[in-house]
Amino acid sequence: MNRTFAEKLLARKAGVESVVPGQVVICRPDRLLMHDNAAAIFGKIAAELERYGPADPDLPVIVLDHVIPAASEKTATNHQRIRTVVERHRLPNFFDVGIGICHQVMLEQELVRPGMLAVGSDSHTCSYGAVNAFATGIDRTEAAALLLTGETWFKVPETIRINLRGSLGSMVTAKDLILFIIGRLGADGATYKSIEFHGDIDRLTFDDRFTIANMSVEMGAKNAVFPFDDVTQTWLESIGVPRDSYEPVQADAEAACDAVFDFDLTDVVPAIAAPHKVDNYRPVSELAGTEVQQCLLGTCTNGRLSDLELAAGILQSRQVAPGTRLLVAPASRRVLKQAIEQGIISTLIEAGATLLPPGCGPCLGAHQGVLAPGEKCLSTANRNFKGRMGCTEAEIYLASPATVAASAVFGKVTDPREMT
Amino acid sequence: MRIWAYGDDVNTDMLFPGKYTYTCATPEEIKPHLLEDLDAGFASQVKPGDVIFAGSNFGCGSSREQPVVGFKAVGIAAVVAGGFARIFYRAAINQGLLLIECPDAVGAYRPGDTVELDIAAGRIRVNDTDFTFPRLPAEILKIRDAGGLLAYTRRKLERTKEKP
Repeated sequence: MNRTFAEKLLARKAGVESVVPGQVVICRPDRLLMHDNAAAIFGKIAAELERYGPADPDLPVIVLDHVIPAASEKTATNHQRIRTVVERHRLPNFFDVGIGICHQVMLEQELVRPGMLAVGSDSHTCSYGAVNAFATGIDRTEAAALLLTGETWFKVPETIRINLRGSLGSMVTAKDLILFIIGRLGADGATYKSIEFHGDIDRLTFDDRFTIANMSVEMGAKNAVFPFDDVTQTWLESIGVPRDSYEPVQADAEAACDAVFDFDLTDVVPAIAAPHKVDNYRPVSELAGTEVQQCLLGTCTNGRLSDLELAAGILQSRQVAPGTRLLVAPASRRVLKQAIEQGIISTLIEAGATLLPPGCGPCLGAHQGVLAPGEKCLSTANRNFKGRMGCTEAEIYLASPATVAASAVFGKVTDPREMT
Repeated sequence: MRIWAYGDDVNTDMLFPGKYTYTCATPEEIKPHLLEDLDAGFASQVKPGDVIFAGSNFGCGSSREQPVVGFKAVGIAAVVAGGFARIFYRAAINQGLLLIECPDAVGAYRPGDTVELDIAAGRIRVNDTDFTFPRLPAEILKIRDAGGLLAYTRRKLERTKEKP
């Protein structure tokens, strides 16, 4: 019987022989991610936590990243409450301010491995599909219930197969590719579906896969996944995870899917998601010359070493345009350290960038780079909804690190392929 | 019963701005900011029993549950939409908020039309036309019918665990 990744993994986790799309199963996830919202989550079940304790202290992973360091007494008190609960119940997987963005930390710290089932109270939990895990977002209430019971229901999704052929051109990145795909499928093109990426994926680095899986929720996907291959194994070995410590799940090539899409990577050009929807795809060339007041390089989507390195390569010996702010938020302390060691941070600072702590920064409008009315921000983040960065009269354009870096030099949307 | 009607792809930033996500968690804190960036009149004018009509992909974007908690707190009877984003759909089950996926009813509705909901029968009437909507799977229905996931979980824990 030919089965998809979702069918195989959920059957394994439900402890049954096989499942079919539409079937509801009960599973015990391997990981539950929470971040600054853990304060609210713990608050909902304070009495129950005292009475019953967590079902499994190793299940939750808590990373402080959204408003870090605390920006107000309220957010500081939230963090304090989280630390109190972590200490009280001796939760081992706690990552305090400055360690990094939750999804980056989950992968860097070996907390999610191939074949695992991970849920998180954050929609970009789908990122861990890069490491051949089934990973999906849930809400705070469900996270609270999971803390107490360790199990929840899953409806087995239909699968969309996306075949990628060829390679990305110079200065064309995985971000441009996923923006293109989202533009084609639409904001609800993959709602409730499991997306499997296949084809010439050996041409994509682990970081590329992270970016692609990360943004899949913007098409409505339940989860997105890459097969386990040498790229996955090599990345895992680089962070010290031995091959015998996990069991990947591989979809059958002949498994029945709801839809199949083919994309040629050689067709992909530098792209922008224009205001105010992620599927509002435009080639950069169409928006070239648009003045931008702020550029953001970072976030779970594009805050990794390779992203910073790409931007630094463009900004080497150049200056950020007057009137434009370039904010750089490395995805983790580890990324920041490596970037410092490789001279990347120096290059960015010399060019005029402002360095933010390893966290979500201004992505959700809570702090550190909120916009003013009439301003435009070119960002490597994953959402450009109206008001997302704290101001409804501002505009957010999503792009790759290369496009953001090139555009910062001129203060205008610029095709990175023009930077020689 | 007032109908609040919106289009496609209404995301959770429009339903509840991201800048409040870590400073507003209780129903009382959430209510004033509902639909702040989409419909300035909603928060002050919404009444218990009102219904929201929307197009496809309602509730897409961030997993924040404040919109659902807020709708429940202000007494929204149901959200009728062409389709729902999945995290929002789960959040609604978890809060005991009724979501009705019925693109035909949404397509038939025009401002000013009369709408009647017969939840038990799985039917929504727009003017003189009846539309049916699918029931949730039994395992999921019991969560919503228990009044939401935390109520359901508390009951389950009381039944199966002993006080340490």
